[in-house]
Amino acid sequence: MQQQFFELADLIQSCLKADEGFLAAFSGETSQFVRFNRSAVRQAGAVAQRYLTIELFRGKRHASQTITLTGADDRDAVTAAVAALRDVLADAHEDPHFLINETPASTTRVLPNMLPAEDEAVGAILDAGRGHDLVGLYAAGPIHRGFANSYGQRNWDTAHAFSADFSFYLQSDKAVKVDHAGTAWDAGTFAAKMGGAKARLAALARPPKTISPGSYRVFFAPAAMEELFGLLSWGGFSLAAEKTATTPFIRMVDGGVTLDPRVTLAENIAEGIAPGFQGEGFVKPASVPLITKGAWTSSLASPRSAAEFNVPPNGADGSEGPVALDMAAGAVKDADVLATLGTGIHVGNLWYLNYSDRNACRLTGMTRFATFWVENGEIVAPLNVMRFDDTVYRMLGANLVGLTAQRDLRVSTDTYESRSTRSMRLPGAVIADLAMTL
Amino acid sequence: MTATADIAARFAAGAPACDAWSIRVMRSRSESLYVTRGIVDPVHLGDDLGAMVTVEAAGGIGYAATSDVSAAGLKAAGREALAWAGRTAGRMVAAAGKRQTSAAPVVFDREDRPRLGWDALSRSAKIDRLKASAAALKRGDAIVDWYAGVSFTDEDVVLATSHGDFIRQRRGLVIPGLAASASDGGETQTRTFARGGLMRQGGWDVLEDLGFWNAPERIAEEALELLKAPDCPTGAMDLLLMPDQMYIQIHESIGHPLELDRILGDERNYAGTSFVTPDMFGAYRYGSKLLNVTFDPGVAGEAAAYAFDDDGTPATKQFLIREGMLERGLGGATSQVRINIPGVANSRACNWNRPAIDRMANLNVEAGGSTLDDLMAQVDDGVVMETNTSWSIDDSRNKFQFGCERARLITNGKLGPVVKNPNYRGISATFWRNLKGLGNAATVRVMGTPTCGKGEPNQAIRVGHATPAGLFENVAVFGGG
Repeated sequence: MQQQFFELADLIQSCLKADEGFLAAFSGETSQFVRFNRSAVRQAGAVAQRYLTIELFRGKRHASQTITLTGADDRDAVTAAVAALRDVLADAHEDPHFLINETPASTTRVLPNMLPAEDEAVGAILDAGRGHDLVGLYAAGPIHRGFANSYGQRNWDTAHAFSADFSFYLQSDKAVKVDHAGTAWDAGTFAAKMGGAKARLAALARPPKTISPGSYRVFFAPAAMEELFGLLSWGGFSLAAEKTATTPFIRMVDGGVTLDPRVTLAENIAEGIAPGFQGEGFVKPASVPLITKGAWTSSLASPRSAAEFNVPPNGADGSEGPVALDMAAGAVKDADVLATLGTGIHVGNLWYLNYSDRNACRLTGMTRFATFWVENGEIVAPLNVMRFDDTVYRMLGANLVGLTAQRDLRVSTDTYESRSTRSMRLPGAVIADLAMTL
Repeated sequence: MTATADIAARFAAGAPACDAWSIRVMRSRSESLYVTRGIVDPVHLGDDLGAMVTVEAAGGIGYAATSDVSAAGLKAAGREALAWAGRTAGRMVAAAGKRQTSAAPVVFDREDRPRLGWDALSRSAKIDRLKASAAALKRGDAIVDWYAGVSFTDEDVVLATSHGDFIRQRRGLVIPGLAASASDGGETQTRTFARGGLMRQGGWDVLEDLGFWNAPERIAEEALELLKAPDCPTGAMDLLLMPDQMYIQIHESIGHPLELDRILGDERNYAGTSFVTPDMFGAYRYGSKLLNVTFDPGVAGEAAAYAFDDDGTPATKQFLIREGMLERGLGGATSQVRINIPGVANSRACNWNRPAIDRMANLNVEAGGSTLDDLMAQVDDGVVMETNTSWSIDDSRNKFQFGCERARLITNGKLGPVVKNPNYRGISATFWRNLKGLGNAATVRVMGTPTCGKGEPNQAIRVGHATPAGLFENVAVFGGG
């Protein structure tokens, strides 16, 4: 696949006229998708997809096209795409924000294939679900990303990755979520995780507790924190959003508001699994500080925003969302979480977050999966779902009790259009006086 | 034959020996034209082509999707799908649904030409018009972010089966966008052209019908107006929802809960379950007597108008809720077999690389009998909200909270001042029973969303919602801060 992409890049190069240049991006995957419900297979199959995006430029004029590589006449398709883009450029406007890397920085990363055979994975999952109500998705296979340009730069990244994303249901909406994702499948680790999830089901069998709206002390597990930062990643760390005052962190950026000094966030490419290059050919730095000791530090700057707002780019993709968000660990040991929480809510997962007031960085969302009422450091009962509605400035500011010393690497299980390579490394958080509303 | 039909025929010529097979070939060609903060964005084109093969063998079902549509690629996909059918035999939660077909194969190939309407105007002329719209959005220094744009996609989908069915459907979809953000003193307010909720099947001329060209000045002025507005008040009050908020209320608290695959549990690990249980169909009062909800694939121009779903089931209008009573679910042939509840032709896939599952399509609220003035006249103390900006609902689709871009107070039946950051929350199971007024046909707008998310693997698909304005009593309303 790498060879095919580089040969097509050479073909694009050969199609260019003297004043033209190109960027090319490859996105491909060969995926097994096995969907389960009630400990049986619901849908199963494979997807093999290859997409090539060609961006043709002449001076500051540029346009792009994405095509599927069909296996039939791909060279003709590429030649036709270049010709079509040349037609678009004929009456294209100059783009003052067009910025690309002109200094070749070629890289190659091919992670080894340590995935199980299809039958092994399906069998292990069915075994784990026997006698229980298991639902979820197993996805696995190679993910390829490539970049090439007319300056001779060539980048390639192959990760053989898997994601086992499941829930064990006890009844109605009472379930334990368990996920196991990475690049090296280990049958023992998988079995241990599934076993641990099944063991936690027992606590869900107790009569559930319903609480009234009010303020509650809570613990957000790392999976819940992932939902929180998933929403905040939607424009929260974007340079364009910062400069156009549409960021939810507007009061930090413009007003000097700070979070608790224990809050430090960075885009940590070096420790994520996303490719280390982006669509305009810039290689991503190992780390970009975003919030340091509670204070706003910098945004993720795509080349396009960097040109518009006259700052240096820092390797961000066009969406300017983090792909390897890293939050510094705190001091609360895992064994002390329940004691630190005392009486309140242990939130395993959050769900469907959105803004109540973007200017105030006020968010709402629901508890989901294994969420428990805790009294004096002891789990008492599963909690019926509750809605929270509060500001990040309160949650991670004045009301932050502590962050856990243990952090989880949360590998994204998103499979919209293609399998994601995003990840987050996050601690859990104990928070006082969270507003629960419904 | 055209490319999509050729590919289906190419597969059929070398299809594997099995109990049954189908191939769904899909080609989507797209174009995106935007002007952001006064600069014409680079044009982006797309041409996405691939095929999904599904095979049934010995009680198992497997699929293989590929962008390699050469004869060898399709043959390999057939072998792969057959292998997956073998792996799943005896391990499946449900067999495939047998759709209601006549003995004779279905052949459908209507000569739609969706690109004609889009290509009627040159690209440079389109961009010139969008530049003018973008310029009209920039009404002063307080407008800090603004864009005008439109995307167009034409789809060509062929479904062919070992039974001899051949169904080819083509459609073009226009999704316009306008937005203006005004900012002052650390506060930013944004108004949009229904936040992408106004989209239609058709070509460039759809924009005129939608009022796209007249909207920029109003949108910018309303963003500026919101900067000076007070926050929405807090309290239980009457709430009038305009169609550009009603559609998302319908989507989240009627559409998703009625999906039969959610009720069957397929989505519990991702999109969630439903507070609706099988015993409720035919017996449950979902809303007041004013509420009539239909699955209607025949509304011309609505986002999910089609003749057949992706299983090949003919699509016809059906009442899901009639005078408030729940009658029918949103489930295709397979779900109907599994749950034994009447459904609709809504087995859909977002693209060639994803399998069909139960989706909303055109899910509409039928018009009532009130004018907008009639509805407001019923309100002593309340608000009217427009244009969704925030949505959140629990995984059983019951406890919800929505936010809108703009609201106005209603006092003694009269429209009052504009208020900002309007939100409301409630519970699906009781909210629709508080529907006390429904707008007439003159208040109906055909809305929709292009990115309804669901499924494992994930799928974002377009759905349509045509709806009048709706008046609800005793709703928990609040503002920002």
